[in-house]
Amino acid sequence: MKHDISVIRGDFPILHQEVYGKPLVYLDNAATTQKPQCVIDTVRHYYEKDNANIHRGVHLLSERATADYEAARETIRLFFNAKSSKEVVFTRGATESINLVATSWGNANVGKGDEVLITHMEHHSNIVPWQMLCDRVGASLKVVPMNAAGELEMDAFETLLSDRTKLVGVVHMSNALGTINPVGTMIKKAHAVGAKVLVDGAQAAAHMAVDLQALDADFYVTSAHKMYGPTGVGVLVGREVLLDAMPPYQGGGDMILTVTFEKSQYNDLPHKFEAGTPNIAGAIGFGRAIKYIESIGFKAIEACEKKLLTYAIQKAADFDGLRQIGTAGNRACILSFVLDGVHPHDLGTILDREGVAIRAGHHCAMPVMQFYGVPATARASFSIYNTKAEVDVLFTALAKAQAMFA
Amino acid sequence: MFNLSDLYQQVIIDHTKSPRNFGRLEPCNHDAEGYNPLCGDQLHVYLQINDSNVIEDVKFEGQGCSISTASASLMTEALKGKSVDEFEHLFEAFHTMATADISETPDEAVLGKLAVLAGVKEFPARIKCATLCWHTLKSAIEDGGTARTE
Ligand SMILES: Cc1ncc(COP(=O)(O)O)c(C=O)c1O
Repeated sequence: MKHDISVIRGDFPILHQEVYGKPLVYLDNAATTQKPQCVIDTVRHYYEKDNANIHRGVHLLSERATADYEAARETIRLFFNAKSSKEVVFTRGATESINLVATSWGNANVGKGDEVLITHMEHHSNIVPWQMLCDRVGASLKVVPMNAAGELEMDAFETLLSDRTKLVGVVHMSNALGTINPVGTMIKKAHAVGAKVLVDGAQAAAHMAVDLQALDADFYVTSAHKMYGPTGVGVLVGREVLLDAMPPYQGGGDMILTVTFEKSQYNDLPHKFEAGTPNIAGAIGFGRAIKYIESIGFKAIEACEKKLLTYAIQKAADFDGLRQIGTAGNRACILSFVLDGVHPHDLGTILDREGVAIRAGHHCAMPVMQFYGVPATARASFSIYNTKAEVDVLFTALAKAQAMFA
Repeated sequence: MFNLSDLYQQVIIDHTKSPRNFGRLEPCNHDAEGYNPLCGDQLHVYLQINDSNVIEDVKFEGQGCSISTASASLMTEALKGKSVDEFEHLFEAFHTMATADISETPDEAVLGKLAVLAGVKEFPARIKCATLCWHTLKSAIEDGGTARTE
């Protein structure tokens, strides 16, 4: 399908507003994307017409809610090309998905003297759960270094891999740098030493096609809200044999078949990992968001986002006093930078008054900030609905900020 | 509407670019670190307080945004030679100014030059930048480790 920017912008009602009297330029998509009307309508329709608890009612509304919830799971399965819908577990988001694996799989499979190998560019959510696991079981956390451009050192990765490595945790696309990591190659190498791999797809999933059978990932996690879907819902897609062998993460309703005070029998996959009433509207909205992405198609998405990033990178290179943080050859949608004489936090405030929403801070990736020796960066992150004209507004605002502190 | 120039007044830009009393203080008998995890601002304040509870000298170092740097710089200027009791008084006045209702005008008689920071209350995300140094100094006087904004 052709990527008609005015049609796409028209799909997102929130974009059409002014902030402080200036047209909104939303460039904080790596934090969360905006929601198209179809997702908003789907969630609204659910609450207006279908709201009921799932998997337990005999009445019509419950049947409809259950069918829509399970249909969303199937949409997500197809989108990621997972083998079976048993492999698609709804969670609160990428963070909960990682914690689920680190707790359930980790406790059962990682022990004293073992190693968990992550990378220098992980989001805190793919660092801290592994640190906690290592502390619990006496394993050690190893880190794949990166080069000045913000690319993983693949030689070091191979050196760090050993038969002690039980799990490799790697971000598919870095939220702080935009780097796209060679996860396919990394998975092959990790499997060669018998390690499992968890790929953090929180950023990647909205920007590129992910085929989990081709990738051969053991665990893939993401959040709906970074893919035009609602907040508070995400998925863990895991290999069935692994999920099957894992103990439940939380206990409660829906995750059991029978309960007596002596013993409970756990439900089948994926329900074993979905204790309690889930975010039903969120999951259904997530399914709709994925259909929306599919209606545009990754070919068009990648082409348009690449054009925009190339344009922004060129403007950044020509901008006096701007230092880009992260210049990987293979990157997407993210321009992270510092500006001489203007702290990122001040930039954030000044740009806000120009209508431009960016993120300023450590982006939940403090080790990345430490690597570059900066306390924080400013980050503009792009999406399918952004335009070159908006990039121009960003740079005009940057010049204004620079002038204020000149 | 409140304008950017109300926040980034010339005095603030000036103190950002050349912060006063910047650096380590030696000797010093009180110090503390402050940290704003939200934006990575890090601050260390040093005080020399004499036997009559007067702040003989005060300095700070660290890295932060314009508002946190200027606020710390202005604070050190305002506190040199003041008693600890006067500090407590200023602390309250500053805190009130930074969080008060917009309609309230800051008490310039008490606050003096510090009143240039009144603009932060219109920028809720930035209030902590302005108050971090004050909380850090308070914890240094009370001899308590690291101050945080949250
Ligand atoms: C790379 C990456 N991983 C994980 C997360 C965590 O996602 P969530 O907060 O939705 O659980 C984020 C979100 O900022 C991210 O960018």
